[in-house]
Amino acid sequence: MLIASAVAILVVMAMAIIRALLGPTIYDRILAVNLFGTKTVLLIAVIGFLFGRPDFLDIALVYALINFISIVGVLRYFEYSRNEEEGGSL
Amino acid sequence: MLAGMVTVLSSACLLLGAFLIISGAVGVLRFPDFFTRMHAAGVTETLATTLILLGLMLFAGWTIVSFKLLLILLFILITSPVASHALTKAALHGNLQPLVNENNEQ
Repeated sequence: MLIASAVAILVVMAMAIIRALLGPTIYDRILAVNLFGTKTVLLIAVIGFLFGRPDFLDIALVYALINFISIVGVLRYFEYSRNEEEGGSL
Repeated sequence: MLAGMVTVLSSACLLLGAFLIISGAVGVLRFPDFFTRMHAAGVTETLATTLILLGLMLFAGWTIVSFKLLLILLFILITSPVASHALTKAALHGNLQPLVNENNEQ
């Protein structure tokens, strides 16, 4: 059962990469990377259970933290850089 | 009896979670517009994550491991809506118009 969910998560990560490559706008790509990141957290947790290593969950938690911060960081860059180009207000 | 029931329940949770993330990912691939894809991604990020982590918690039982899983679950449930909101706000700031009706292709 764990192997089935691990395979499902890997398939979903492949789909997220496909969406990241295809994505017409920047925000599709950021969405795909965000989806990929949260699925990586799940994959680390499931693989931690598969190999019988409970300490993988700390890695999964740290990865969730980093994923969230990076998404907000990238968004902050894209949101305001666009305004500078147009010179518009916030 | 109870142990058997718990493992069956955890397997069911894991399977349902796996099915949901695949259906969400298909939605992310196939939907026509960014905002609809955001909805599909939201399904996988909250409900499916809850089911899979719940399945793992049942699998682990009353240990520190399932407490860590609970922390991961709480963190993801709190931060993923915030990230989705920030992403949608940035998209709207970048004047990305949602696809209102099918025939006005941007």
